Amino acid sequence: MSSDFYRELILDYYRNPRNFGKLDPHDIDAKDLNPLCGDEIEMQIRVSPDKDKIEEIKFIGKGCAISQASASMLTEMAKGKPLEWVKGLSRDDILKMLGTSDLGPARIKCAMLSVKVLKTGVYTYMGAQYSEPSE
Amino acid sequence: MLESTRTVDVERVKNDFPILNRKVNGKRLVYLDNAATTQKPKVVIDALVDYYSRYNANVHRGVHQLSIEATEAYENSRKKVAKFINSPTPQEIVFTRGTTESINLVKFAWGSKFVKEGDVIVLTLMEHHSNMVPWQLLAKEKGARIEYAPITAEGKLDLGEFERLLALSPALVAFTHCSNVLGTINDAEKLSSMAKRAGAVTVVDAAQSTPHMPLDVQKMGCDFLAFSGHKMLGPTGIGALYGRKEMLDSMGPFQSGGDMIKEVHLDGARWNDVPYKFEAGTSNIADAIALGAAVEYLTALGMENVRRHEVELLRYAFEKMSRIPNVKIYGPMDLESRGGVISFNLADIHPHDMASILDGEGVAIRSGHHCAQPLMEHLDIPGTSRASFYVYNSTEDIDVFIGALLKAKSVFCV
Repeated sequence: MSSDFYRELILDYYRNPRNFGKLDPHDIDAKDLNPLCGDEIEMQIRVSPDKDKIEEIKFIGKGCAISQASASMLTEMAKGKPLEWVKGLSRDDILKMLGTSDLGPARIKCAMLSVKVLKTGVYTYMGAQYSEPSE
Repeated sequence: MLESTRTVDVERVKNDFPILNRKVNGKRLVYLDNAATTQKPKVVIDALVDYYSRYNANVHRGVHQLSIEATEAYENSRKKVAKFINSPTPQEIVFTRGTTESINLVKFAWGSKFVKEGDVIVLTLMEHHSNMVPWQLLAKEKGARIEYAPITAEGKLDLGEFERLLALSPALVAFTHCSNVLGTINDAEKLSSMAKRAGAVTVVDAAQSTPHMPLDVQKMGCDFLAFSGHKMLGPTGIGALYGRKEMLDSMGPFQSGGDMIKEVHLDGARWNDVPYKFEAGTSNIADAIALGAAVEYLTALGMENVRRHEVELLRYAFEKMSRIPNVKIYGPMDLESRGGVISFNLADIHPHDMASILDGEGVAIRSGHHCAQPLMEHLDIPGTSRASFYVYNSTEDIDVFIGALLKAKSVFCV
């Protein structure tokens, strides 16, 4: 992978993550980790009174710049969005968010961990079960 | 620039490895992930092709010419491996898939038979998961207890604590000869003799030592020693377990089926002699033969030279890395106590980000917990970046590696 990917934007979110912390009270709490590299993400979400929007969202976690920046940027993007919007989030959306066209198979999992956590939380809240699509 | 050390002619060696000619991300490949697996010289690749194109046949039972040739090559390889680690006889070398299977073989065939409820198993904190998880399972099955010998701040085994644990009269003591993370070389001879005095059976995980230094199981005095072929220029899927004959004879079988039996009747079977008792089914013949070629290649270089070469590379790399601010190196810093493995972190750059940036420069290193999570927890870090050396690495490779570290440093503004 080329190091060009590590632009100022990613490093800024890695060093100064937005929406980092716990959220109390919250309606959704989901966490997951990538056993291969040990990246961890936990997200807490407060849902709007009419139960259809992400009113507030925060995350905590540890890991590489890609996983942490991706989680932080995703929380910014998700705030105020309908829960249904989460269902449609794709790999391309995340690559676009990170400002890159390709991360390579070794690192895409780092970027997608936050999506997995967000989807798991929202699906569970909506009474459904999220299963990660196969590669 | 010092192109090669006095001990190994690196330029000549490099030419023996076809893969080292390839480019990665437009750059010359600098392969520093040797603790994970090593590259293969042409003689090893040729040995595989030669077997499949000239004398591919099953071993031991055939009376036709191809089978005779295959059997001879397979058993010759066992002899080469035996000689390489100074095993008293080739019968004490069992071919396995690698270190993990070798250790599991001891767990199943020795552990199931001899470990009892309440027994103590002593391990160390610096073990790879493969020399930890099998014993955890055995302990659970048998109601035995595991005690872990801690490490010092420097990253060496705490000998005082190790001795204290031996006072518990453990049934088994299993330890790594060389840590895949810290590079720490344990004095296997001393630890084996201490364990033996305490009445324990000893298992040495030699995955990181057999490829890199002269090794003598008789001098070491261990009961079992496990290693992998792919970490010593051989193919994947082949490795060996050395076991003292008396131990191997006392054990039950591992897997069962063909080739491991002497006779089979409808009401039971008698086991074959060692090592065949532990090699059920058709063996990995091609890879075993190619492992023999790898052993020959290393023997021709001379294991003392291989070791000296890596010490020189370590010295060179330590010297260069120490000039980079915020580099933290884990493990002992005295070269004689350390294998050619450097685990490090640079400021707050996560190991995976480091490995990605280095990959962009054509430099292959490992990043993560290196299958030693308890050690990472002890060090209180999520992981490390790890550069590890072998016979084809030169000081020039280390210069490229250092350049890539400086690039990572500038990308991350640290």
